[in-house]
Amino acid sequence: MGETTFNDLASVRDGLKSVDYLADDGIASVVFLAEKLGKPVLVEGPAGTGKTELAKSVASMTDSRLIRLQCYEGLDEAKALYEWNYKKQLLRIQADRGTESAEDWTELQDDIFNDEFLLTRPLLEAISAEEKVVLLIDEVDRVEIETEALLLEILSDYQVSIPELGTIEASQIPLVFLTSNNTRELSEALKRRCLFLHIDYPQLDREKEIVVTKVEGITDNLAEQVARIVRSIRQLELKKSPSVSETIDWARTLVLLGIENIDIETAKESLHILLKYQSDIEKTAKELTLEA
Amino acid sequence: MLDLMSGFVVELRNAGLPVSLTENLDAMEAITHIPIEDRDAFKYALAATLVKNEQHWKAFETVFEVYFSLRGPEYSVGDEDGDGEWDENDLEEWMRQMQQQQGQGGPGSGEDMSPEEIAEMLFKALMDANEAMMQAMARAAVTQFAGMEPGRPVGGTYYLYRTLRNLDLDGMLDRLMDESMDRLENDPTQLQERLQKEEFENRIEQLKREIEAEIRRRLVADRGVEAMAKTLRKPLPEDVDFMHASREEMANIRKAIQPLTRKLAARLARKRKHKRRGPLDFRATVRRSLSYGGVPAEPRFRNPRPNKPELIVVADISGSVAAFARFTLHLVYALQNQFSKVRSFVFIDGLDEVTHMFQNEEDITNAVHRVNTEADVVWVDGHSDYGHAFSVFWENFGHEVNSKSTVMFLGDARNNYHATNAWIIKETQKKARSVFWLNPEPRSYWDTGDSVISEYSTHCDGTFECRNLRQLEGFVDHLA
Repeated sequence: MGETTFNDLASVRDGLKSVDYLADDGIASVVFLAEKLGKPVLVEGPAGTGKTELAKSVASMTDSRLIRLQCYEGLDEAKALYEWNYKKQLLRIQADRGTESAEDWTELQDDIFNDEFLLTRPLLEAISAEEKVVLLIDEVDRVEIETEALLLEILSDYQVSIPELGTIEASQIPLVFLTSNNTRELSEALKRRCLFLHIDYPQLDREKEIVVTKVEGITDNLAEQVARIVRSIRQLELKKSPSVSETIDWARTLVLLGIENIDIETAKESLHILLKYQSDIEKTAKELTLEA
Repeated sequence: MLDLMSGFVVELRNAGLPVSLTENLDAMEAITHIPIEDRDAFKYALAATLVKNEQHWKAFETVFEVYFSLRGPEYSVGDEDGDGEWDENDLEEWMRQMQQQQGQGGPGSGEDMSPEEIAEMLFKALMDANEAMMQAMARAAVTQFAGMEPGRPVGGTYYLYRTLRNLDLDGMLDRLMDESMDRLENDPTQLQERLQKEEFENRIEQLKREIEAEIRRRLVADRGVEAMAKTLRKPLPEDVDFMHASREEMANIRKAIQPLTRKLAARLARKRKHKRRGPLDFRATVRRSLSYGGVPAEPRFRNPRPNKPELIVVADISGSVAAFARFTLHLVYALQNQFSKVRSFVFIDGLDEVTHMFQNEEDITNAVHRVNTEADVVWVDGHSDYGHAFSVFWENFGHEVNSKSTVMFLGDARNNYHATNAWIIKETQKKARSVFWLNPEPRSYWDTGDSVISEYSTHCDGTFECRNLRQLEGFVDHLA
């Protein structure tokens, strides 16, 4: 672990703010603790609330390299951890052929199972990196429950065991972020090894601030209106509530259109940016006009 | 600190949260890095290490508030009288500041503050969204209205109700709306009005939370932490009884159903993935044996037939299981999105197919509404008659049950002493792949009164008590 990057909570918050990520107290505390305890962070929450963005921001705040592992169904060891470059190994064997006898076999065996023939995949790369890294394991809920076990060794001990080579230990502890959209319950073993952070839709004030930071040339007044309308829409029972990224997109559109005040008509016409289901759009349009 | 922490963890476990030893150790280490004076940071540090499920957050927060309320910096420990005094002093200070700000006179002591004054101050606080002021007013309101008596064994909700009744927050909302609309120069658009109203509603909601917290704090001061923690213990979302779920709890349950059905579908699919081999393929084995000189050294097996589960759901939606029925319909709707073929039926004393109502409906609330209004489920008097409902099912749809179908019956089997027609379940079981019965009643009530569950359950592959999400999940696990 050695030297620490953050001094106190406030420095985390300010640091994140300097890279345009507005963290609330919960987020800042967890990032701070993750660094102090050297533990991975499991970030959960609805889509589009800035889970992946958090990892990216932390990386750019600490000047670390971001290594990303996108999870999907069918992800396996060869794609997540490491793989032997068997073509190269084959070449090596062939190159030797004819020159010598069976005595060289053990030598050759030692030879073809070493670093040179090892293809590192994201997890191993994060472990073996010399410089500071932030490891982002994205959408971990997409892999099967059996594959999760693959992550356990790296998450708790920051090491990877390769049968032919032995155990590779991390030279520095990477900051690890796992994100999950909560489509399924993650295993206890995984949860136990992580700090848990739930990122929900932001409060009105914070959302407004996010809009002001992320959208160029937006007036305070418009940002306030945007945030309020979005909050109002989130209270409806929809298939998919508007996420923060969609709010930002919407605000950008409004700025581009040169709109100063949102009235019902403008809102209705641009709803399709905020909502992605036709039934949701219709329902929201109806609700907005109907009730007042 | 060590004692305090272990006490806290015990309390969390009592509340039903699963806290493991390693998590406990993590929490211990975490708080050494956090300045203890920073209450929020302290809370988040504990939460991040101890709570690994978002749905448990609320339970955690309650325990935290109760457990650390007296130990926070703003409250002195012990001395209960001092506590009350402190509030008054605090209030007076607020009054003084208010007077300076507003520049108007008036009585300055918290003790003789009239209800009108409290209402007036509260109105201003809400109007300007002054949080500190709102907190102070929440305290004043509790002092004034709740009429709390030390040692009186009533719950916090009683005091909360008394306080809120006296504050008349609905009237307050109207006043706030009028006032803010007057402040605008031009006529407000509908949208503005709506947004403004939501803003105020939000603030009032916040005030209610503030009041609730205040009452809780005082109750803790009165009765002590352990007693309070016990009374405040609420079931976790997965333990909430479907039959007695509040609206808010129901919404939580609904959110949790979706992943569960996905799990159910995945479980049934996994079954076929694990069992790779079908029966022996004689022809292929003989053909393969030619390469071994006619010895069948390598037996060949047929590929298993892809097993597309068909689900038939038959649900009771009568009054006796009304709350459960609401949940049932949500479950059916969620299932329909996961399985390629689901047929759903609802009954009271008649029976009707509602598959199409779920299929063409994007919105679950609409679908449920349609089922409740359009389905033709009343035959005579609208009291459950399982026997007749099943005979309708058998007559009209019985031939569609086949060896691929899994049949699920949902209901309490309270038959109002009608004929049971249990033979239908028996026949169904013969034809179907499996038959399950989910009963929303506690097991101890089964076969009491007019419940005839055991007559049906003898013919089922499994009968499950299904009163909360945990049990439903148990059922899903059982399938695998």
